[in-house]
Amino acid sequence: MNPITHSPHAHAPVSIGKVMGTVLLALTPATLFGFWLYGWPAINLWAVSLIAAIVGEAFVLRWQQRAVRPALMDGSGILTAWLLAMSLPPFAPWWIAVLGSLFAVVVGKQIFGGLGQNVFNPAMAARVMLLISFPLEMTSWVGPLPLGSAHAPGLLDSLRVTFLSQPLDGMASASLLGHVKTEFTRGVGLDQALAGYYAPLSALWGSRAGSLGESAAVFILLGGVFLIARRIVTWHAPLAMLLGVAVPALLFNMIDANHYAGPLVHLLSGGVMLGAFFIITDPVTSPNTATGQFIFGLGCGLLTWIIRTWGGYPEGVAFAVMLMNAATPLIDQYVKPRIYGRDRKGAALPANKGS
Amino acid sequence: MKLFELRGGVHPEGRKDLSAGRHIRVLPLPKKLFVPLQQHIGAPATPLVNVGDKVLKGQLIALAQGAVSSSIHAPTSGVIAALGDFPAPHPSGLPVPTITIESDGEDKWIARDEAYDPFALTPEDIAARVGAAGIVGLGGATFPAALKLNLSRNSGVHTLIMNGGECEPYLTCDDRIMRERAGQIVEGIRLIAHAVAAKEILVGIEDNKPDAIAAMQAAAEGTPVKVVVMPSMYPMGSEKQIIQVLTGKEIPAGGRPADIGVLVHNVATAYAVQQAVCYGKPLISRIVTVSGGAIMTPCNVEALIGTPVQELIDFADGYEQPAARLVLGGPMMGQQFTHTGVPVVKGTSGVLALMQDEIGQAEPSPCIRCSTCVRACPIGLVPLEMAAHIRVSDLSGAVDLGLKDCIACGSCSYVCPAHIPLVHYFNYAKGDLAAQERTKLKQEATRKLAEARNERLARIERERAEAAARRKAAREAKERAKQEAAAKAAEEAA
Amino acid sequence: MLFSAIVSLTMLGAILGLLLGVAARYLKVEGNPLVAEIEQLLPGSQCGQCGFAGCTGAAQALADGTAPAGLCPPGGRAVMQALAAKLGIEADLSGVEDNVPMMAEIKEEICIGCTRCFKVCPTDAIMGAAQQIHVVFREACTACGKCEEVCPTESVKLQPIPATLQSWHWPKPQQVAEGAAA
Repeated sequence: MNPITHSPHAHAPVSIGKVMGTVLLALTPATLFGFWLYGWPAINLWAVSLIAAIVGEAFVLRWQQRAVRPALMDGSGILTAWLLAMSLPPFAPWWIAVLGSLFAVVVGKQIFGGLGQNVFNPAMAARVMLLISFPLEMTSWVGPLPLGSAHAPGLLDSLRVTFLSQPLDGMASASLLGHVKTEFTRGVGLDQALAGYYAPLSALWGSRAGSLGESAAVFILLGGVFLIARRIVTWHAPLAMLLGVAVPALLFNMIDANHYAGPLVHLLSGGVMLGAFFIITDPVTSPNTATGQFIFGLGCGLLTWIIRTWGGYPEGVAFAVMLMNAATPLIDQYVKPRIYGRDRKGAALPANKGS
Repeated sequence: MKLFELRGGVHPEGRKDLSAGRHIRVLPLPKKLFVPLQQHIGAPATPLVNVGDKVLKGQLIALAQGAVSSSIHAPTSGVIAALGDFPAPHPSGLPVPTITIESDGEDKWIARDEAYDPFALTPEDIAARVGAAGIVGLGGATFPAALKLNLSRNSGVHTLIMNGGECEPYLTCDDRIMRERAGQIVEGIRLIAHAVAAKEILVGIEDNKPDAIAAMQAAAEGTPVKVVVMPSMYPMGSEKQIIQVLTGKEIPAGGRPADIGVLVHNVATAYAVQQAVCYGKPLISRIVTVSGGAIMTPCNVEALIGTPVQELIDFADGYEQPAARLVLGGPMMGQQFTHTGVPVVKGTSGVLALMQDEIGQAEPSPCIRCSTCVRACPIGLVPLEMAAHIRVSDLSGAVDLGLKDCIACGSCSYVCPAHIPLVHYFNYAKGDLAAQERTKLKQEATRKLAEARNERLARIERERAEAAARRKAAREAKERAKQEAAAKAAEEAA
Repeated sequence: MLFSAIVSLTMLGAILGLLLGVAARYLKVEGNPLVAEIEQLLPGSQCGQCGFAGCTGAAQALADGTAPAGLCPPGGRAVMQALAAKLGIEADLSGVEDNVPMMAEIKEEICIGCTRCFKVCPTDAIMGAAQQIHVVFREACTACGKCEEVCPTESVKLQPIPATLQSWHWPKPQQVAEGAAA
């Protein structure tokens, strides 16, 4: 006799694998665009990240004597590595990707107990680790070199870039935020710093220096809208994060336009788009109520703007996300849905006959 | 009419078309009927018959015991073949006290007390007739109906809500009874309203039953009964939810609908009430949906209480394919069973034989805190946190999160992409807490017994010591007297 | 500079010390009510299965921290959890989980009616008289096993209490496959 199973005897046709698969699908357009924009080195880096994550996770699972296949097949490790790859400088050397991926899946996830147990977003934890450990490699950006364009590295050249750390001569460039920060330290105002460096339309289309996830803002946005439409994520956290960045940016830009960049500059640069739609919507490390998610997103946005504006680093998404990750249990503790028949404090509603 | 919002909820695939198009058919008389003594919430009924007794259809065979209980009647005429334990239609499959009746094939009714003008009856009379007929809530909770009427009348109710939601997938028994017996149902509804003096009468029906809505509207024409069309959503047919949707009010935590002046009954219960009050017919049969992908001819049958489930499956032409799981009730809250000899009871709304792809259950994987369950919960709980506490045996932590408010509707388990049996965790925790409570009560009782015994032993010891002391004192006194007497004698002699 | 640091730290120390002193005075806890409270949680049948002199002895040992929360076999999991909660310690439930509720049962065929069992029963759960068959009350039996020890014919045995529909509840779901071995 089979053991008796508890109700319900019907289940929605969903699974973790399908959820992760949909997220990966949503990431694909932005990734393909990034591949085209930065050519073979970006593809190499992406592939190295994924392989490192899969091998690393399999090794750790085997070491812990846990089932390897189901944990690998859920796609969470691949997603983490993918997101990390999208936040790396496309021409970064291979060991950056390997180190980052291993840190993400092993330290960021498995040490906490595997999927669902980690406190910090693994991709962001890895990015922060890389940024503070290898600041040079993590801030060496190049301008776009679309596949097939004159200066684009061929497959062989790209292998040299990725695996032998041979930079392409004269291609080094700075990301927008890095550029602005550098110019500030030299006492150059925003109007001059941005002149010739920033055009909103090209920023939207990504033809500027940056990571895969930064350049393809419009594709990231599309992917995010797709996820919301498929009900994989809700709009609360992404919208709140965008607001959290845009509102203070707008206010301060109106006060002193020469010192504070406007909302569009902030929204379309760095990891804000990727963060809003793919990082802070990571269910494991974000609050589990709509209100909580809104607060979480707002915090991420606000902290990002603060770190960018007054912090030591040009970009703050990863730090902001990790800070808010740490606040997630607190948010969940205080933001709970009201229970039927009870008031917000949990006391039973009064009996009210009415008529 | 303005409807109010239902929080959370899910949209399981209805699959009602399997059986909705089929007329209710009466199941042929089974040879043997197995009538359990407990088919309701509360205390089991006490049997009034002995093995070998002849009984008539509708004869009282077991009497309600205590405040919360319900009487049980013979579903057909025949001979009592056995009084003993028989597997219950329950996931545990444990045996329960059951009366077995061997049918004589005549199906002969006992003399019945018919009411020619039921509306001339007093509310108390109606409740008494409902109680005597052994009617319980047919929606699945099986709470004794008469008790509910009395409680509601005493505490004052202004709104009577008739639940025609039938939000469970597959089930069409309420749909069919509303289509085919709308007139009797409306009369039953008016009788219930009369019994509790309700001013407003609402019949909530989900919009996926247009024929039932039309039939009920036609039957309610010119009566105070108002048919309200509700959106199809699970768990719309749950008491708390239907009240919320129709009135916008919530039952206070730990309270009853009467606390907010509302009484909720199922439409099939209204039919049973009408039959009992007007024709003196006790509750001895009910409409059961036989459905599921593995059933050859899904249908609705009117089956006698006590009919083995196997007979219903046979009546539906058996299995089309081997069933992956057999379920009593709907797929969302129904109970799996394995032994098809178990009987149909008053709360059996459906017999489902489901295929694996209909169940769609997979091995559980780790929770990714996606909070789909939080959005699905119609009560406003955080199922993932509750389950996490229960998983590490922190039951009181789960209670603090609202475990006792859970209605076990299964919406969270249904939507969980990790296939975590959330509602199983909650029912385990509730059951374990109840068991702990029982143990605690027993321990308090045994401690008192132990203290009483210790006191008694101490008293006996004390009394024994006192008696010994008394004896010693008496002996000494005697001796002293003897000595004194001897001394005196010596003195005198001297 | 140095002087101001010394002064400020001294002041801080003085103020905090004063606060502590005041707190100690006004938030004083009278005696140690723990032993009595723990004893209230124990079955009180003085069966001695824990190895201490009755339930008071066990309560004292628990309060001193020399005994584990799971020391009381008749109390089972419920008492263990209550004790662990009271003492603020972790209850190791692993060993107790399988402990099904038991009760004494008398085999009528071999009972000789010697009355020894009901004389030792700490909760008067056994009813009977000399030369008569004894009966056990399920509600009063704590499964302490004393009767089993004294029975000359081994007719008293602890048996698991049969499950009924009222006492049955869903078992804990199987752990998530995550923990399964490869």
